[in-house]
Amino acid sequence: MDVITAKKKKRKSKRDRQYWKLYLFLLPAIAYVATWSYGPMYGIIIAFQDYKIKKGYWGSDWVGLKHFIRFVTYPDFWEMIKNTLGITLYSLALFPIAIIFALLLNELKNVKFKKVVQMITYMPHFLSTVVLCSLVVIFVGREGLIGQFYGWIKGTEGENLLSIGKFFPDIYVWSATWAGLGWSSIIYVSALSSISPELIEAARIDGAGRLQVIRHVNIPGILPTISLSFIMAAGGLLSVGFEKIYLLQSPLNLDYSNVVATYSYNIGIVSGQYSYSTAIGLFQNVVNILIMLLVNKITKKLSGTGMF
Amino acid sequence: MKDNKSNIKVKKKQYRLDTFDIVNYVIMIAILIIIAYPIYFTIIASFSEPSAVATNKVSLWPVGFNLKAYEHVFRYKPIWTGYANSIFYTTCGTLFSLFMTIPAAYAMSKKKLPLKGLATLFFAFTMYFGGGTIPTYVQVRNMHLLDTRIILVIMGAFGVYNMIMTRAYFSNNISESLYEAAEIDGSGELRKFFAIALPLSKPIIAVMTLYYAVGHWNSYFSAMLYTSSPELKPLQLVLRDVLILNQKATDPALLADQMANGGVDAVKLAVEQANMAYAMKFSVVFIASAPMLAMYPFVQKYFVKGAMIGSVKE
Repeated sequence: MDVITAKKKKRKSKRDRQYWKLYLFLLPAIAYVATWSYGPMYGIIIAFQDYKIKKGYWGSDWVGLKHFIRFVTYPDFWEMIKNTLGITLYSLALFPIAIIFALLLNELKNVKFKKVVQMITYMPHFLSTVVLCSLVVIFVGREGLIGQFYGWIKGTEGENLLSIGKFFPDIYVWSATWAGLGWSSIIYVSALSSISPELIEAARIDGAGRLQVIRHVNIPGILPTISLSFIMAAGGLLSVGFEKIYLLQSPLNLDYSNVVATYSYNIGIVSGQYSYSTAIGLFQNVVNILIMLLVNKITKKLSGTGMF
Repeated sequence: MKDNKSNIKVKKKQYRLDTFDIVNYVIMIAILIIIAYPIYFTIIASFSEPSAVATNKVSLWPVGFNLKAYEHVFRYKPIWTGYANSIFYTTCGTLFSLFMTIPAAYAMSKKKLPLKGLATLFFAFTMYFGGGTIPTYVQVRNMHLLDTRIILVIMGAFGVYNMIMTRAYFSNNISESLYEAAEIDGSGELRKFFAIALPLSKPIIAVMTLYYAVGHWNSYFSAMLYTSSPELKPLQLVLRDVLILNQKATDPALLADQMANGGVDAVKLAVEQANMAYAMKFSVVFIASAPMLAMYPFVQKYFVKGAMIGSVKE
């Protein structure tokens, strides 16, 4: 008996040791993340230094919170925060559009038509940022359809709307909606398809109209999905899509398009103030995490679904 | 099955088009037009007479169908260098991405992976917190990778979210008993991975290949940040030069050639040059997006499948 259990134990431990081999599969990914995610995280220490390339991470002078204080006392600080929040809150306000679109899509009975709608609306998601921004520049430009339309309303020639600062948030947010509407609706469409048909049937038998079914069955059914995407969206409140803003920005709309991310880029890459720029990035990241935790808590209380 | 069919029949009878449907169709068609028209316009404008495009005479179909703008695009060398570069970065980058993502997801899908919680934390933490642009830039600089091809293959090569998606696919679609049976036959992890996991996960591999490929093909930021030599530029950066920064891409000799029958004077040439520069943008957009658009109808279902796998909360 004893010999057998001992053998079994031995075999078991051998097998357990065998599972360590799984780390061989993880090795490339771990090495990559360690180098390219954790490596730069270590580099954050330069936010608390006056970093000089020649002196290196440990030879540079420590300056404490100097760069953070400089950032929050910078005269344009509040304008940048205002611009950033203006754009992200605006996007967040349009958050329900994709949900409404998915709900309407779900009501289409003609399967072929539904497929066509889906195929066309997903398409712009695959255009690159550069192409998307070029289309924006062309269409809201002086010769473009929207620029011409604006001029027609005002009874003047076409105008380049990107040079009118106050339109910048509209252009940014609506072009993102144009490109992302179909794609962001997919998760809701798939959540809707998992609602049991019996539930809907039962509601109908009880005399619910279509709008009532949507309100009392469909929307509650996809609420967990909505909550999760909302938390994720809220977590990016202080980070607007840098890549897009950078392409659409011009001196003419700077009053409205100067956001934290572009300022940080210009400070860091263009004028080479590495430490200051790193401090801004860290500030932004920490605020984002705090907001996400807060929204997560609130959403969890209201809908019962949270990320953590 | 029969029940199902009769159900559908009943449904068809029960719901004829009501007001809700009509409103719904109107909304959907409006959305379709708004989304499709800019893309359609880009295509027809690229085949139209440049002066007609510049003076807004193109609206529903090509005006004065011709390929003049394309002739200029074909003579503009940077686009083709960019094309070749992008193909290189996309191919190498995608292979590198798959090499990291698929095996890692396989290991993470195993219940018996030692220290699994720690490994999950190691990856998940980076989804919320990161070093940021500058520390990454400084690191690239310290590693002497600025202005090299390799950095454009490396950057963005691994997405934690993609790995989580792949892991979910492995755990939901391959049953533990299959692995156990193989274990009894004496298969090691390598064999199980290649003989069981990979053949059963073709759909997710397709999805990942497409996701990564599109990501690499469409990215411009890394190239803008880390490279400066023109010969390393990917297509997207060349596009930015032409489309956003309005870099001159027309060929003056060709332009004069194209107008020769109308008699050339300096003023006319300048006007034509401006028109051509504007019209060319549409051709450039079309040429740059053509591979995606051509592939799109065939791969669409994979993209959507991926987005749906991603939406499944574990």
